[in-house]
Amino acid sequence: MSNLVHKEASLLEVKNLETAFSIDGAYYNAVDKVSFSIKPGQIVGVVGESGCGKSVLSLSIMQLLPKGNGEIRSGEITFEGVQLNQLSDTEMNRIRGRDISMIFQEPMTSLNPVFTIGYQLQEVLFNHMKISKGDARQKSIALLKSVGISRPEKLVDEYPHQLSGGMRQRVMIAMAIACQPKLLIADEPTTALDVTVQAQILELLKTIQEVNDMSIILITHDLGVIAEMCDEVLVMYAGRIIERSDAESLFYKPMHPYTELLLGAIPKMDEEAGMLSSIEGMVPSLKNMPETGCRFALRCPKVKPECSAVTPLLEEVEEGHSVSCILYETSMPRKGVKP
Amino acid sequence: MLKYTIRRILGMIPMLFLISIVVFSLAKLMPGDSLSGEIDPANTDPQYIAEMRDKLGYNDPVHEQYLRWISNFMQGDFGKSTRYKIPASEIIAERMPNTIFLGLMSLLITYVFAFLMGSYAGRKPYTLGDNFISAFNYIGLALPSFIAGVFAIYIFAFNLGWFPSNGSVDISLEQGTLSYWISRFHHVLLPAIVLGALSTASYTQFLRNDIIENTRKDYVRTARAKGTPEHKIYRSHIMRNSIIPVVTFLGIDIGLLVSGAIITETIFTYPGIGQLFLSSVTQRDYPVLMAITMLLSFLTLFGNLIADILYGIVDPRIRLD
Repeated sequence: MSNLVHKEASLLEVKNLETAFSIDGAYYNAVDKVSFSIKPGQIVGVVGESGCGKSVLSLSIMQLLPKGNGEIRSGEITFEGVQLNQLSDTEMNRIRGRDISMIFQEPMTSLNPVFTIGYQLQEVLFNHMKISKGDARQKSIALLKSVGISRPEKLVDEYPHQLSGGMRQRVMIAMAIACQPKLLIADEPTTALDVTVQAQILELLKTIQEVNDMSIILITHDLGVIAEMCDEVLVMYAGRIIERSDAESLFYKPMHPYTELLLGAIPKMDEEAGMLSSIEGMVPSLKNMPETGCRFALRCPKVKPECSAVTPLLEEVEEGHSVSCILYETSMPRKGVKP
Repeated sequence: MLKYTIRRILGMIPMLFLISIVVFSLAKLMPGDSLSGEIDPANTDPQYIAEMRDKLGYNDPVHEQYLRWISNFMQGDFGKSTRYKIPASEIIAERMPNTIFLGLMSLLITYVFAFLMGSYAGRKPYTLGDNFISAFNYIGLALPSFIAGVFAIYIFAFNLGWFPSNGSVDISLEQGTLSYWISRFHHVLLPAIVLGALSTASYTQFLRNDIIENTRKDYVRTARAKGTPEHKIYRSHIMRNSIIPVVTFLGIDIGLLVSGAIITETIFTYPGIGQLFLSSVTQRDYPVLMAITMLLSFLTLFGNLIADILYGIVDPRIRLD
């Protein structure tokens, strides 16, 4: 990442975010004291295994948590100086789809089966701009063209079930970029797709990002995708960010034992085929989360006795590289956010 | 779609043929015949009864009786009512408008109330309003129509005097005048409410549950992410999907439109097909009985066809060809 970008103000700033789900009347944090920021034009990857809170984090930013169940308990989400978690639903609707938009993991079910592609594309246009029906149709055809769909004039009148998964995800992307948002949240956009289609979709996202100069939060559990796409990476484990770094130094110099193991679990082409390496154990469930100490301690190969007593903070250890692990002495002045 | 419709209509023919065998057998299996029901056995010459039985063909082999009936039936001759001594088709045609009027009114009540209550309860589940609607619906489901009908007559007709307790129209009024139609409407309202309450209850709960289920669908989240206002999500995205299963009911309702009200019509002594059906059973009036049953079978098949065609219209994923 160039220094120029670093000097700009943040587009999105998340501070001490705690998002909790209520189970039998008690609240359990699925996202625990998460802080990070995104600058304009930046692609930030969020990586972690299933259930680590990456999707909940993105739904918290969009204010799309399931009602009556998930809830932001504390913290701030500031987008262009506006605190999103203070906005009413009506105010948030003006931002969703226009300034921040989102694409989801499941292109098969994310489109409404009973409406045409054109209707669903035009809906986002009608939500946010004054536009005539004819213009909206022309614009939706142009949008489909811009996401690499070859016969957009026909496709606007077709239904989602007539399209392949890759095509549907392209439609979802067209919907997301219709109002030229400043931030796109992509929640595992390629997980449900074939590998060849995955590469095409990622390529498309990168092209659009460059043309529109938008920021992207890319949520994935695929480290290859991170390496391909991202400027900065957040590694999440059990609801917390445990490592934050630019993409390059994360791959060359992973610090947190969890990140090391994650990288070690990627099978390599030139190695003898044998057992795939994996991380022993499981992420503790929300209800059984240890209150103090490092949440990875139970599975960590480098665990020390004090790991379960001291809750590590996310601290900058090297320029632009922060980690939340007591193995690392801070050589830099402490900048970590205290919980 | 036209090709599909024609194929389905052709497919009904063997189905109706099989139904006709069942209908005929059931009628024959009933104890007694029209003579034992009609004639006072104490006062009638047994020889006369035997002669009449022979003349009406009741002593012929069963398959001959069936072939005679079905061949006449296919030529549009449904036989003569043994009770009224006029063609069965005439009696049915005379009763039909009353039944269709009652059926349409009760369907209207059902759909309007089910839609209003179901969409409210689905949008605000587990609230006071939803619980109130649920309670109302469970009472509606639990009360059999013969109880509800009797209580409705007792309270609203006898005690309060709001509605007439029987008949389909005030017979002193001249046919075709405005007051005649008002009187018909007045007569049909109470049985229509009793008849509609049961299906209102089940349709409401069905619509409610379908709306709640659709609220959790991914495409609803997508619509929210586009900044679509909540009321519009319910009105277009969710409602459009929740209507699809209700279409199944509509098909069944077309059959019920004509048959629906056997018990209700009898309690309200409303001169419709249902009442005619029940009295034909007690009088062993086979021609009328079989004609009504065949008619209902046909309408049920027809209703299913309508439902399938409607499916193709409301759900683009279903293609009829």
